[in-house]
Amino acid sequence: MASHYEAPIRKPLVTGDKTYHDVTVDVAAPVEGKPNRQWWIVFGISLTVFLWGLGCIIYTISTGIGVWGLNKTVGWAWDITNFVWWVGIGHAGTLISAVLLLFRQKWRMGINRSAEAMTIFSVIQAGLFPIIHMGRPWLGYWMLPIPNTFGSLWVNFNSPLLWDVFAISTYLSVSLVFWWTGLLPDFAMIRDRAVKPFQKKIYSLLSFGWSGRAKDWQRFEEVSLVLAGLATPLVLSVHTIVSFDFATSVIPGWHTTIFPPYFVAGAIFSGFAMVQTLLIIMRKVSNLEDYITVQHIELMNIVIMITGSIVGVAYITELFIAWYSGVEYEQYAFLNRATGPYWWAYWAMMSCNVFSPQLMWFKKLRTSIIFSFVISIVVNIGMWFERFVIIVTSLHRDYLPSSWTMFSPTFVDIGIFMGTIGFFFVLFLLYAKYFPVIAQAEVKTILKSSGEKFKKLRDGK
Amino acid sequence: MENKNKIVHAIYDDDDVLLKAVKELRSKKYVIEEVFTPFPVHGLDKAMGLSGTRIAITSFIYGCIGLGVSILMMDYMMIQDWPQNIGGKPSFSYVENMPAFVPIMFELTVYFAAHLMVITFYLRSRLWPFKKAENPIPSTTDDKFLVQIDSYKSESELKKVLKKLEPLKLF
Repeated sequence: MASHYEAPIRKPLVTGDKTYHDVTVDVAAPVEGKPNRQWWIVFGISLTVFLWGLGCIIYTISTGIGVWGLNKTVGWAWDITNFVWWVGIGHAGTLISAVLLLFRQKWRMGINRSAEAMTIFSVIQAGLFPIIHMGRPWLGYWMLPIPNTFGSLWVNFNSPLLWDVFAISTYLSVSLVFWWTGLLPDFAMIRDRAVKPFQKKIYSLLSFGWSGRAKDWQRFEEVSLVLAGLATPLVLSVHTIVSFDFATSVIPGWHTTIFPPYFVAGAIFSGFAMVQTLLIIMRKVSNLEDYITVQHIELMNIVIMITGSIVGVAYITELFIAWYSGVEYEQYAFLNRATGPYWWAYWAMMSCNVFSPQLMWFKKLRTSIIFSFVISIVVNIGMWFERFVIIVTSLHRDYLPSSWTMFSPTFVDIGIFMGTIGFFFVLFLLYAKYFPVIAQAEVKTILKSSGEKFKKLRDGK
Repeated sequence: MENKNKIVHAIYDDDDVLLKAVKELRSKKYVIEEVFTPFPVHGLDKAMGLSGTRIAITSFIYGCIGLGVSILMMDYMMIQDWPQNIGGKPSFSYVENMPAFVPIMFELTVYFAAHLMVITFYLRSRLWPFKKAENPIPSTTDDKFLVQIDSYKSESELKKVLKKLEPLKLF
């Protein structure tokens, strides 16, 4: 027991008197049971919304981008807003699984699996938007580094949009193998418990024949550590490169050097909020309150509070630098954001992203589950507005006052966005039903140091 | 007559007891063929005498290959084959145009290092779809730890040693 020592002041991360077998049973229970009524209701709604979105996508592609609300001045609006929003949400998973692994934070183990799943599903949604925006998505392979059909003209490696292609595909694929490698021992656990032959066959296929040899575990741990080391700069690079889409342009309001760190902080901020939203529901529905505890929720709230504050500092720095630069276009762009016709979007962003997370300074509030849930939704709304503000308000009043205009989305814009939310929830619900949602093998490694039962035994309470 | 070199299985339900038993067996010069555990038991590889894994080194090599591939690819496409004037950037020199290539050099380094390392891991540990699991009892993915020991000369003698090491079951 001595080797499992942990300071008594640290709160237990697994509550209840859990043994190794209890962990197995609790994690396997949702997979082995039948989905309940609520699951079917939420799944049905998500699927309907997804299908509606799919219809809007088909309509867009068959008719043309003209069905969106874009105009000559605002040539980039909802699609890129949604793209950046989804990519941002996709940042928490890798942050939790990679950065917190490097920092040896044990609390990541209860939530990393779902956070990574959420990452993958939200990056899938993000990836849809540039593809739809191409107008002719069947020519999407033109983004690959291949010569064109007329000779050997290649893709432009100087373009941030191409950097995006490489960054997002690397991020999606690396996150996927990181997630799947971690899943192997847990799939194996379900495989070895399965009683129905079909279930056994499926999980045996998914587990790649994992047997849990000492050598396999040694390699597994090394691979996880190296992947975490690779994924940490990767996750920072992805939103940095997404911010380059704007920062390398010459549009006032976009052309700012603070964008990379500010986008990364915002991404972590929104990603944690989405993890919070999903896990607060999941811990209840799948009876995992002993593994995703109030302690986990509180720690995530602290991350939300800190990244929210960083985002707040970034907003103020932007304003200051715009004034300090002495460039009147830059100054106008920011003045127009806060006081122009889109003032409501700016102040929605400010109040959701900067003011609301400050409430987390109060321990009572950040340990309240209902309050955390509400704030997590507020933050996600705020982060959507942040992207909308950056994109639309910087474009809608350009250098020619005669072309100043407003943007209003059509039902197709709204339909596609709602559709991606539906698609995201369809994927997440399927995951919650068929996948082991807690990294049970990893939780078992911390059970003796951070499990409530063992802590009590050790501390002699 | 006893079977020589018969494999004996000892089952444990606690990682600390297991670790102690493995150390004890090793000190008695028994060959531990394999240990199946439900989760990574820290220090078990050292106790069994496994050498360290070199998979991180392969990852470094793959990363270097990825970096090389990205440089060669972009140099060929953007500088040698069809240089284009893009915003007046120096299209005739890789070094001078390099800042614009850094993001993709980085991404491909990570791409190669991560994927090829994981593929190496899957191949070395023999993990792939349709592969049959090889753990002798299914509960080693739940809460049991199984040690396979070569009895070497005498099975009964090994069992005598093992009995003292508090296994849950021997077979």
